[in-house]
Amino acid sequence: GVCAYVRTLLFLYLSRPEIWVDSRTIYIGHKEPPPGAEAYIPQRFPDNRIVSSKYTFWNFIPKNLFEQFRRIANFYFLVIFLVQLIIDTPTSPVTSGLPLFFVITVTAIKQGYEDWLRHKADCSINECPVDVVQRGKVVRTQSHKLRVGDIVMVREDETFPCDLILLSSSRPDGTCYVTTASLDGESSHKTYYAVPDTMAFRTEQEVDSLHATIECEQPQPDLYKFVGRINIYKDREEPVARTLGAENLLLRGATLKNTQYIYGTVAVYTGMETKMALNYQSKSQKRSAVEKSMNAFLIVYLFILISKAVINTVLKYAWQWSPDRDEPWYNHRTENERQRHVVIRAFTDFLAFMVLFNYIIPVSMYVTVEMQKFLGSYFITWDEEMFDDELGEGAQVNTSDLNEELGQVEYVFTDKTGTLTENNMEFIECCVDGNVYIPHAICNGQILSAASSIDMIDSSPGGYRREHEDLFFRALCLCHTVQVKEEETVDGIKRGIHQGRPTSFYISSSPDEVALVEGMKRLGYTYLRLKDSYMEILNKDDEIERFQLLHVLNFDSVRRRMSVIVKSSSGDYLLFCKGADSSIFPRVVSGKVEQVRARVEQNAVEGLRTLCVAYKKLSESEYQEACHHLTEAKLALQDREQRLAHAYDIIEREFVLLGATAVEDRLQEKAADTIESLHKAGMKVWVLTGDKMETAAATCYASKLFRRSTQILELTKKRTEEQSLHDVLFELNRTVIRQRSMSGLSVDCLDFGLIIDGATLSAVLKPNQEGAGNGNYREIFLEICRNCSAVLCCRMAPLQKAQIVKLIKASKEHPITLAIGDGANDVSMILEAHVGIGIMGKEGRQAARNSDYAIPKFKHLKKILLVHGHYYYIRIAELVQYFFYKNVCFIFPQFLYQFFCGFSQQPLYDTAYLTLYNISFTSLPILLYSLVEQHVSMETLKREPTLYRDIAKNSLLRWPVFLYWTCLGVFDAVIFFFGAYFLFDNTTFTSNGQMFGNWTFGTLVFTVLVFTVTLKLALDTHHWTWINHFFIWGSLLFYVIFSLLWGGIIWPFLNYQRMYYVFMQMLSSGPAWLSIILLITVSLLPDVIKKVLCRSMCPTATERAQVGVGETADFTFQPLYDPIDE
Amino acid sequence: MMASVYNAKDEDGHISVSGPSGGSAAAMRGKRPENTAFKQQRLPAWQPILTAGTVLPAFFIIGLIFIPIGIGLYVTSNNIKEFEIDYTGVDMSSPCFNCSQNLSWNSSRPCTCSIPFHLDQPYENNVFMYYGLSNFYQNHRRYVKSRDDSQLNGDLDALTKPSKECEPYAYHENKPIAPCGAIANSMFNDTLEIFYHDPNGTRVPVPLTSTGIAWWADKHVKFRNPSENLNLTAAFQGTTKPVNWRRPVYEMDSDPHNNGFINEDFIVWMRTAALPTFRKLYRIISKKDNMVPTLQRGNYTLEVVYNYPVRSFDGRKRMILSTISWMGGKNPFLGIAYITVGSVCFFLGVVLLIIHHKYGNRNNSANNSN
Repeated sequence: GVCAYVRTLLFLYLSRPEIWVDSRTIYIGHKEPPPGAEAYIPQRFPDNRIVSSKYTFWNFIPKNLFEQFRRIANFYFLVIFLVQLIIDTPTSPVTSGLPLFFVITVTAIKQGYEDWLRHKADCSINECPVDVVQRGKVVRTQSHKLRVGDIVMVREDETFPCDLILLSSSRPDGTCYVTTASLDGESSHKTYYAVPDTMAFRTEQEVDSLHATIECEQPQPDLYKFVGRINIYKDREEPVARTLGAENLLLRGATLKNTQYIYGTVAVYTGMETKMALNYQSKSQKRSAVEKSMNAFLIVYLFILISKAVINTVLKYAWQWSPDRDEPWYNHRTENERQRHVVIRAFTDFLAFMVLFNYIIPVSMYVTVEMQKFLGSYFITWDEEMFDDELGEGAQVNTSDLNEELGQVEYVFTDKTGTLTENNMEFIECCVDGNVYIPHAICNGQILSAASSIDMIDSSPGGYRREHEDLFFRALCLCHTVQVKEEETVDGIKRGIHQGRPTSFYISSSPDEVALVEGMKRLGYTYLRLKDSYMEILNKDDEIERFQLLHVLNFDSVRRRMSVIVKSSSGDYLLFCKGADSSIFPRVVSGKVEQVRARVEQNAVEGLRTLCVAYKKLSESEYQEACHHLTEAKLALQDREQRLAHAYDIIEREFVLLGATAVEDRLQEKAADTIESLHKAGMKVWVLTGDKMETAAATCYASKLFRRSTQILELTKKRTEEQSLHDVLFELNRTVIRQRSMSGLSVDCLDFGLIIDGATLSAVLKPNQEGAGNGNYREIFLEICRNCSAVLCCRMAPLQKAQIVKLIKASKEHPITLAIGDGANDVSMILEAHVGIGIMGKEGRQAARNSDYAIPKFKHLKKILLVHGHYYYIRIAELVQYFFYKNVCFIFPQFLYQFFCGFSQQPLYDTAYLTLYNISFTSLPILLYSLVEQHVSMETLKREPTLYRDIAKNSLLRWPVFLYWTCLGVFDAVIFFFGAYFLFDNTTFTSNGQMFGNWTFGTLVFTVLVFTVTLKLALDTHHWTWINHFFIWGSLLFYVIFSLLWGGIIWPFLNYQRMYYVFMQMLSSGPAWLSIILLITVSLLPDVIKKVLCRSMCPTATERAQVGVGETADFTFQPLYDPIDE
Repeated sequence: MMASVYNAKDEDGHISVSGPSGGSAAAMRGKRPENTAFKQQRLPAWQPILTAGTVLPAFFIIGLIFIPIGIGLYVTSNNIKEFEIDYTGVDMSSPCFNCSQNLSWNSSRPCTCSIPFHLDQPYENNVFMYYGLSNFYQNHRRYVKSRDDSQLNGDLDALTKPSKECEPYAYHENKPIAPCGAIANSMFNDTLEIFYHDPNGTRVPVPLTSTGIAWWADKHVKFRNPSENLNLTAAFQGTTKPVNWRRPVYEMDSDPHNNGFINEDFIVWMRTAALPTFRKLYRIISKKDNMVPTLQRGNYTLEVVYNYPVRSFDGRKRMILSTISWMGGKNPFLGIAYITVGSVCFFLGVVLLIIHHKYGNRNNSANNSN
């Protein structure tokens, strides 16, 4: 009974959000709808306060501490610290408490400061003044007091305080211009539209008299999607419903431009529910390969740590089996300890050993790695070579976590348009029914007269041709979403329209459209403007034609076409459609398809972007039916997308083909050079594009992705129609494998290029229908790809791009992938790839915003990968290995010492040394090394891309390398310990006969340790700037000065003075100096020998390159060369 | 595993808010990065490379320097005279056997034994007399920390309230122990004396100096009596002697500058040894004049007041006489190590020369072909 009741309650509680999910209702001006209209369900919305801060004054300390200790590393150190506090441990809690405290405090201060800045920013935003219409008057309040349903007035150049529905604007046509630069980085002006029924409102009173409700979906982060409906109640009438879309929704963060003022309701979303706030939620974290290896090493070390502790505990109890060893007469336990149970004692001992050896996993490594990544990423933003004067921007780093991954890339997936190419379109020609028109270039700023500017190649006269020509040009003038701007200071794509009149520009989100409309102008048809839903065209005979714009069927990347429905002055309903050939031809019923297709293919081969244009005449009834379909779909609150797509599909049918256009998109500067370098560096470059195969293939040849010698394998729909997919795949696979076996090792002599199209790809990736041999195609496909140096995927939908990346990522080698693109359609693959790079392109900022790194041009990829990536990788690899090495050197002598002190957990070093070793004596040199090291000069790296292969596959962090470093560490530790041991063995080494104690022993080992470890880094440094000199010699000097000071004074706050005078006494002894020098030399010797031998016997390409630079320095033994010898 | 969760930049997801008055970020854009050597990573740098060619001379130089040093050290070490005698009394034949058997802390009458020995060579200059203990874990953690440095530094509070670290040697019969702790409690208390047998048969005691055996800094700074002015007996009023001691700390020596905490035997003992087998300086036999060696060739007797028990933990007690050079006592290890390392370096230099000779050509041709 109770159970059921609870379950019901629980169910109610859990299912409650469901009721809220679908839509929300807003009462404009907080006026309730007329009774009976709808059930009144009061909904509560958050206020308009933006809270980006994480903490308040009160909860900062507990919450921040909680956040920090949630990280396992911090938690581990906290546990160690607590263990030290609770049980009697060899080292004082200070040794681990102080570093932990330091790390935690620094992080807390940093986060607190950042949070304070956020608080300040929040405050200034929340308190900024906003004009609200209340009872027919404009009242000024603060931003955070806004409520859903308020009517807000915004003036020019003000930022919208929340997401608003545009009710009316000062412009007579009910539009307003907005820049979303701070939102998505697009600085071009976008047009937003007022609700038609309210756009006539001019005064506050009028606006205030509005009685309406808005229904819309619940907040969601997509900036470009909004679905809603406004119901306007007029006296005694049925409410009028109007659809609301993204074009009615003004987003918080955007700025009003070129419009005096607007009225809008706080319609949808306030405060943290605005699209801006929703959009700044963190992206999924990407982790680099280096980080993965680091974690693996950590686990190994954790294992080593535990086994050391276990071994020592076991040995301890074995050793002190006899009571005379356990408790000799001179060294009794306290009564308390004696009474403790042996199991508890053993466990305490185990913990004490853990504490003693815990420094093998150093706190400071995480801090250093973080700092290295954070500071190191500045070198990318500072790089002058990656600064683009035209854009006025340099490279941007959005995540510094992946710096080193830039040096590990194996697959590059690049978009074509805007990435490989300029995305700077130029109209080349058009073809109407097979007749080609080529506009001449503008000469001296004068447009040549219309008649002479048209070059008719195939001029077969006839009325039919004439009619199609007229329709074709009108179609291109009408079927677009280009806006005309009468202003000079507009960014983006701008071209003058009229020389004499006030300058105006065409603006569009798609450069193709601008190119087409401009091309039309050069052919004599000028699009003038859209006024009161009439499009005006200046035709060849300088007459103005007006078409009423009835519907725009917007472009989307799935349909790959767009249409407009217009009504001509003669009263005909016309539907014009333009789109990719593949999406037009299947819908064409008449027209000179063959001629047009031939021309399109020819153009595509030349690398031009082609579009086909078609039209159809609609009868009155057909038009009404289309209208019906569209409005129904647009009014839907749910599944609007699908319904619209369905409606478009019904309307866009039975076309008459008019012709095709060709637009050229030039290759980006140095694109070919960059691709060639990437190839040489061992990366496989894939081009993923939505373009058609011929165009894309031409671009690939131009950018040297395919060379003349490349054997092209085709995996296209055309081929799979002839043979089954299965056969094609197997045949290609055979070709590839045969070639490889024939050419043997030298793969270079013949390389393959694969072309695959979207349709075939989805067939390949489709889970097998037959059930048997599932994933087979996938494997074969991957096998083929592995053997191809370049792959071109054309006709790709945006999601397919991500699929490809995912496919390669998941293949059995788990290669590191990089995706680069500039447009919204590349975002999915940028997010999917290990490293996502955005080009700050012309198609907006989405790619750059979602990327990990953003660069101005494709050519900068070369530097960011080959130079920065390479540097970051070797830097972090050394950093990680060195950190483990120096801590092995540090801790292993302690381990050995246990065998000589009765396994009593006696530390070898003093507390101060234990604490400061990782924090200050050895931390700065490696940090600075990892920031400025350049093992090869930048010029060499750029000149010889093949050096990139040397670090491929995480080569510096593989297990053998790790093992080498660990062994080196153990060897050095053994040398330190036993060197000191034999020196101390039952003798004195002062000239006055006095003896040294255990602390001198430890200090001697520690001194040798600090010097060896620092000098080892000095041996690894290939690039000695003043910074390296300063920090390497500086930290050694600091150690000496610190030791002198530490031992020079009786420290009043310490309860022991064990280090008093120890360091100085040690330095006063000659043999101590001699043995320090000896031990350092012996410790460094194996590494030097290994380096020299490796370099002489089997030098890597990098090592050759290093010598190549300094070849003149290597002259000493040249006279000894024997000419006969090899 | 750890690093995967550790991420200092959890701030990424946060809203970088810019006021409505316009984004400062937008203004920051468009700024050309500075063309400084540091920011462009073009700082002038020395770029050394470890090739066989550059390392070769270093190896030869190290070899050439180390071998002579090593020989020097070895010869010096060999010239040092050292004599060691084990007086534990494990064997039945040993004169100290009886003492070692009937040892008890409370015995009122000290047990003495004398061991004759013969020096084959005369010992010149100052001769240093050590006592050595084996299998004695002075570096055991419980032992090392069982002391109170404040008390030893003359702190009056610590005198009456010894640190907890001294447990279980902090209080005895509810009185604070001074000096407290296991180290002090187990202080070495054998008395060693040497007698020289003149050729004419008389026993001449060898004069032993008991000062100058502790570090100067320890004696003068680190260790201090509770009150400098007061009578020592009064200063230690209210404390009790360590359990194993025969006499209280203020009766260590008749010399007031060598009594109490600043007694040098005590200070030497308090410096804990690094390894379980160790020696500590006991006495110095100073050089008399230039004509006669400090210890002549001949027969001697070591007189031991046998107090210190070591047999329970299989320990050994030794007495060592040693001369000292500039490099300390007899230790052939350092010299041998120097000679070995020097030779290895020299040998490696030769090997590298051959390798360089062989592979250098190949490298060079590879470079040239590039």
